[in-house]
Amino acid sequence: MSYFLQQLINGLQLGFVYALIALGYTMVYGIVRLINFAHGDVFMVGAYIGYFGICYFHLPFPVALAFSMLGCAILGITIERIAYKPLRTAPRIASLITAIGVSLFLEYFTSLKFVFGPNYLAYPRPFKVTTFYLGDVSVSTIQLIVFSVAIILLILLQYFVQKTKMGMAMRAVSFDKETASLMGINIDGVISLTFGIGSALAAAGGVLYGIAYPQINPFMGIMPGLKAFVAAVLGGIGNIPGAVLGAVIMGVVETMSSAFISSTLRDAIAFSILIIVLLWRPSGILGKRETEKV
Amino acid sequence: MKKFSPILLPISLFILLQTLISSGVLNPYWQQIIQFACIITISSLGLNLIYGYTGQFSLGHAAFYGIGAYTSALITKTFPHSGILIFFASLIIAIIIVALVSFLIGLPILRLKSDYLGIATLGFGIIMKVIFDNADAVIPRLGGSRGMGTIPKFTNFTWSFFVTIGTILIIRNFVFSSLGRACISIREDEIASECVGINTTKYKTMGFVIGCVFAGVAGVLYAHLYTFLHPSNFDFLKSIDVLLIVVLGGLGSISGTIIAAVGWTFLLEGLRVLLPPEILDWRLVIYPLLLIVVMILRPKGLGGSIEFKFLKSG
Amino acid sequence: MTPVLELKGLTKYFGGLKAVSNFDIKIEEGELIGLIGPNGAGKTTIFNLITGIYLPDDGNIILSNESIAGLKPYQIAQKGISRTFQNIRLFNNLTVLDNVRIACHMHANYGLWSAIVRNRIFSREERTIEEKARDILSIFKLESRADEISRNLPYGEQRKLEIVRALANKPKLLLLDEPAAGMNPQEVEKLMELIHFIRERFELTIFLIEHQMKVVMSICKRIAVMDFGEKIAEGSPKEVQNAPQVIEAYLGREC
Repeated sequence: MSYFLQQLINGLQLGFVYALIALGYTMVYGIVRLINFAHGDVFMVGAYIGYFGICYFHLPFPVALAFSMLGCAILGITIERIAYKPLRTAPRIASLITAIGVSLFLEYFTSLKFVFGPNYLAYPRPFKVTTFYLGDVSVSTIQLIVFSVAIILLILLQYFVQKTKMGMAMRAVSFDKETASLMGINIDGVISLTFGIGSALAAAGGVLYGIAYPQINPFMGIMPGLKAFVAAVLGGIGNIPGAVLGAVIMGVVETMSSAFISSTLRDAIAFSILIIVLLWRPSGILGKRETEKV
Repeated sequence: MKKFSPILLPISLFILLQTLISSGVLNPYWQQIIQFACIITISSLGLNLIYGYTGQFSLGHAAFYGIGAYTSALITKTFPHSGILIFFASLIIAIIIVALVSFLIGLPILRLKSDYLGIATLGFGIIMKVIFDNADAVIPRLGGSRGMGTIPKFTNFTWSFFVTIGTILIIRNFVFSSLGRACISIREDEIASECVGINTTKYKTMGFVIGCVFAGVAGVLYAHLYTFLHPSNFDFLKSIDVLLIVVLGGLGSISGTIIAAVGWTFLLEGLRVLLPPEILDWRLVIYPLLLIVVMILRPKGLGGSIEFKFLKSG
Repeated sequence: MTPVLELKGLTKYFGGLKAVSNFDIKIEEGELIGLIGPNGAGKTTIFNLITGIYLPDDGNIILSNESIAGLKPYQIAQKGISRTFQNIRLFNNLTVLDNVRIACHMHANYGLWSAIVRNRIFSREERTIEEKARDILSIFKLESRADEISRNLPYGEQRKLEIVRALANKPKLLLLDEPAAGMNPQEVEKLMELIHFIRERFELTIFLIEHQMKVVMSICKRIAVMDFGEKIAEGSPKEVQNAPQVIEAYLGREC
């Protein structure tokens, strides 16, 4: 039983990291209907910025985190302006292919020796790590930090989206872009803001991931990005609470499968569950039933 | 009838290339690249049928490539010294297995809409890769994550070339027929298609299965060319490669797909040759940059929807 | 005389919303029946139910004595019901000829093998399909446009093409969903002539949804009126025009 609880906590840790990535996917998809393949790589860059901040500039952890989030927000906005904006009126598949191009570029460029280099780097832990015990279940400082940072960011995001004017603008644009622009909303600004926030959250995810699973390399974003994306779809793409729900489910299922069934089969199990859920709820768990008007 | 002039082109191309190969002008390295270009073309034409023509967004194409490769390799390795006949048999059996699997997967999955279908097929691709990684637990000969080697090298230029020609012919005959038109109508407007009497489930499945079969065929040729298989050859990044080719060539253009597939192969190889060794790593940086530039400049792909004239007639 | 189409107690819910409630109608062979009502009354939903796009929650749909409720749209199309759509649904990137040829597919008598090996069956059937398609295009004077991409046609011609496509397989029942939408008065005149022409040339029954009263009142012998998913009146144009519940539905209750 305590093993089960232990794995549950581990799964939640992973799930919250996935949630921070999944939110970027879901918000961007909600607003421009783009599957931003490069998002997982922004997560990777965020991890690296945090690494350099802590190791080379000896920044305290919260500052490094903030710095990484800011850096990736700028990166995300830049990518959007250069690569996606020109294709807003083109067929959607063109944007998707471009996103793939950006993803590959980020991966291979950063793996060049004079950038980040292709090797694994060990992530620093710039705070004291202690382990707390609740009965047989252990919870470490790392997990507490992951939970608290993630939850704080999620609450901030929810507040922003629901209670501020900019958040309302974001919701309006994702609902109906044309009408929103007719109402005087600056579409370009809202889209940039969305990319910025999504990228910042991914960066936070990257730093937390580095701290929790302390090895980073330029290709580390591929699988978590994919899984976070799947999580966003699972929860209903475009739906913010759905993304969190999907991500937590993905994280827990993955960890539980690895612990109780087989570590090598865990991806297969996770994705099988995805397919089953999609067949039952084709628009995701909390997704809107997008019925086509006939 | 016009039928004679189209045949002249592939025959003369074959004679030209075969001469270059036999005379040694094209060394084994380039021979392999040419054959690989053929293999990628076959696989891409399959995805073009599924996505470009029938409009079904499949991100799991590499899985069927892999099923074809592993199935045929298992057979040819299990019955060594049986000559070309076993290769042919393995091809047939691989086709049957791929058709079966794609049919069974397609039936539930093809109900999903666009992006969700992409994700479901992506998921299937990942599941297959995990199966490939662990296949040796059930059948040791399949090698799993250690890889499967010493596959007899049956693929040669003649096989690669003529299977490619055969693929082009079959797909083109399918597309320019009433069944092909039924598939295209699904891409254009699925609801209108149903309402004019097209059984969209049947034709979606048909397009999907045929497309996947060609991926499998490509896999068979691949396995017997490189003689070594590893699950990492069949991960979702490979599915993305094929998708890139199909989109770059122009969705729904057979000629576009062929040009894009051949061009893509030679671009990657060409960069390897052209770049001095110190900056060889830049090859994989330049490639996506080119991709981005092409997409921004020509979002409908390089081919658009133009077809070579001789493909259309007849 | 068995009616061509009979709807009995047809009902459809979307979640808690009753889109169509207990709708009855009998349409005899050769009639031209109109269906009118304010926006959101449920008219297109009736068409979607008849053509199998939606499954009815209650009631029955009977085509010439055969119940078709629950059949898939393509099966219903093959049984002889064709339709057009409120927002034109052509196969936009395909030629005019191909749009019609696709509608002829259900009568194509060859399979995958013949298509791939291109045997004589294939050639013969393809020729038949092309002849049929060109025939009907020429009846409606669209043959000169056969190789044009349908998305490039002028709006009025697109609407015509959609109707021609629906007629390609000689349906028993033709459902027209707001064919006059977006048309100027001259185009509307031409449309009415077209509908007359169709009735003379083909033996079929037409069920028409339309907002333009001029069209409905002049060409339909019988009209059904819907509001909030229910049938509130049925009769000749004069009867319907003067029915107080119809006036109320369109103009609102007198305060």
